[in-house]
Amino acid sequence: MSRIWEIPGGVHPPENKQQSMTRSIGHLPLPATLVIPLHQHIGAPAKVAVTVGQTVLKGQKLTDASNLNNLPVHASSSGTVIAIDDKPVAHPSGLNALCVTIATDGKDQWIEHAGISDFRQCDPHNLLQMITEAGIAGMGGAGFPAAIKLSPSNDKPVDTFIINATECEPYITADDAAMQEKTQDLIQGIEIVGHILNNPSRVLVGIENNKPQAIVALRSHIKERSIEVVSFPTKYPSGGEKQLIYILTGREVPSGGLPSDLGMVCLNIGTLIAIKRAIIDGEPLISRITTVTGEACGVNRNYDVLIGTPISHLLAHNEFDERNCSRLIMGGPMMGFSLTSTEVPVVKTTNCILASSYSEIPSDLPAQACIRCGLCAEVCPASLLPQQLFWYAQAKDQERLEAHNLFDCIECGACSYVCPSNIPLVQHYRSSKGEIRKANIDKIDSDNARQRFEFRKLRLEQADEQRQVKREARRLATEQARATNSTVQSGSSAADIIAAAQQRAMTKQSTPEQQKAKFERALLAAQSRLEEAENRLTEATAHGTAEQQARCSASLESARQKVDQTQNRLKELSD
Amino acid sequence: MIDAIAQQPMLAALFALVSLGIVFGGLLGFAAEKFKLKGDPIIEQIDNLLPQTQCGQCGFPGCRPYAQSIADGDAINKCPPGGQATINAIANLLDVPAPALDEEHGEEEEIKTIAYIREDECIGCTKCIQACPVDAILGAAKLMHTVIVSECTGCDLCVEPCPVDCIDMLPVIQGIVQWHWPSPASNIDLIATSKMPRREDAA
Repeated sequence: MSRIWEIPGGVHPPENKQQSMTRSIGHLPLPATLVIPLHQHIGAPAKVAVTVGQTVLKGQKLTDASNLNNLPVHASSSGTVIAIDDKPVAHPSGLNALCVTIATDGKDQWIEHAGISDFRQCDPHNLLQMITEAGIAGMGGAGFPAAIKLSPSNDKPVDTFIINATECEPYITADDAAMQEKTQDLIQGIEIVGHILNNPSRVLVGIENNKPQAIVALRSHIKERSIEVVSFPTKYPSGGEKQLIYILTGREVPSGGLPSDLGMVCLNIGTLIAIKRAIIDGEPLISRITTVTGEACGVNRNYDVLIGTPISHLLAHNEFDERNCSRLIMGGPMMGFSLTSTEVPVVKTTNCILASSYSEIPSDLPAQACIRCGLCAEVCPASLLPQQLFWYAQAKDQERLEAHNLFDCIECGACSYVCPSNIPLVQHYRSSKGEIRKANIDKIDSDNARQRFEFRKLRLEQADEQRQVKREARRLATEQARATNSTVQSGSSAADIIAAAQQRAMTKQSTPEQQKAKFERALLAAQSRLEEAENRLTEATAHGTAEQQARCSASLESARQKVDQTQNRLKELSD
Repeated sequence: MIDAIAQQPMLAALFALVSLGIVFGGLLGFAAEKFKLKGDPIIEQIDNLLPQTQCGQCGFPGCRPYAQSIADGDAINKCPPGGQATINAIANLLDVPAPALDEEHGEEEEIKTIAYIREDECIGCTKCIQACPVDAILGAAKLMHTVIVSECTGCDLCVEPCPVDCIDMLPVIQGIVQWHWPSPASNIDLIATSKMPRREDAA
């Protein structure tokens, strides 16, 4: 039994986990439509690769090229794509985002897929590629692409692999149920990741002691192996990545750093099961285990839900009582967010749907003044000063907020939970974080704009300067020319000038033969013009207006004159 | 000489002080030349706080000239794109009270806008290109122009020169990526009991 460390702070809210653990993981009938948002992870969304009306099979990729940053999404069941448009998605903003809507055909027909029987013979790089192709993002809540976590960094080899089985938030039992019922898959997932990470020296499963059955299930399955199951006292928020690492190893992730800086990788139960299915069975991430709970639901239970299933479908099969529901929360009561619509779909990060009754989670009481009791500082798991942060958040003093390490806040909500004045502390921090991030982006933009403005100014100045230089050069040249001209003029007599002019005229004059040819050409052209003018005149007299006739006759007259003139010239020359 | 000075304490003191004065004076003079600051650092700092839209709404040709003018004692509330946040930041820097935005120079916009050219109506006159302070418009004479959205500061300067009025200032789309949590409404003025469930209801 390895030593455990205790994190600072933490709270003990009522667990409320037993309600949803009375039955095994259930399955729901296939919903009529599946709404699959394209952006379900941290990073850029991939581009849609299907068209409306196209038939898709279960497990078919709906997006094009996938890499570490833009994970693909897959059809959760077979059917027809009926829409690709903006729909409400599971996001605290309640805004719409691009989704692919599939009308299921009920056949649930799989696309051709194959896994690898012996992953140990496989290059870790190929396994990572398969994990990316399967669209696996962290299923604990943040949705960080799993393959990025597992990609080797050159400077720090991974020596500790931590499996986050804590599930510290009240009500949620999805991981607990998965550990009890899908133990074999989980162990295989751990082995695969161990292989990818080049067999780290320590593999630790961190689990709270409020899940005795899961602990027994895990221990009985991994008797002979080098995986250690570490149980520790229940406290919220032990399941935060940084908190769990401290509990299990006593080491702190540096501020602004990642677990990989310590040579650690931390993955969630759901993610590991998804990895097993991707590698061994060749199945992409198209379903997950989600807890449906709360007093407003008649049935509290875990379900293996297809990604894209509308929440309304889940609720309809759980005797949902809308009148008794104070709020519909995606995630847990501490860190989850309220949904504004029941039409939003289940996504890769949906671990719980909590339909709470009014007695369970009453509506927020109005915030009162801070009485500086200091309870928030006592419960903060990141050892921050929530009270100070609150003042600065109200004053919008971003410099001081950052100086007080606002960005180390994990938004666990323990401070808001204990606040006797009902101050929504964590909401203040979230909004301040957003504002600071926005200010940083604006700063980059404005620096960029300044640079462009200054470059443009420089360019205009340079162009102006060049123009000035050219003008100056031209002026000098004319002055010089004038000066030389005047010297020439003053130095010669009038007779010389006349002689020079005659000389010039002589050189210009051509031989009589050339002149004759020129006049002949001119005569020909003039004659053809005359003919044309005559034709036009006859046409105009036949169809045109009086004005046209007049114009045509005038041009005819001028053409005739031209011909006469040229003939005269030619005669003169031959004489 | 030394004897004479040694016997005259007044002279000795005077001599010592004067020579010290010369030495330190020289040192200070040297340092002042050697470590001379180029430009006024306060202008740089003010310029850093301005939003760099280069829109000229303050009456100066660009943000830096306005920063210069503020450093020379001009009012700090002439920048509508920066709004109250910028005024507060400058007031904080200069340690002066923060006035409200001077509406004479324009109103603060809630949502940032960006120029869009209705491309099929553009005649390719290049007037907007010449007006853009940050070179964010792409195009050539008699060819269609377009705005590089990521570089546009929304300064509005291209709208007026357009002879066919084909430039629109459109608000930036606020998608999920741009969204951040709003600040919780302060309802400190409410009486707590007015929102609490009544006891008989709860029971």
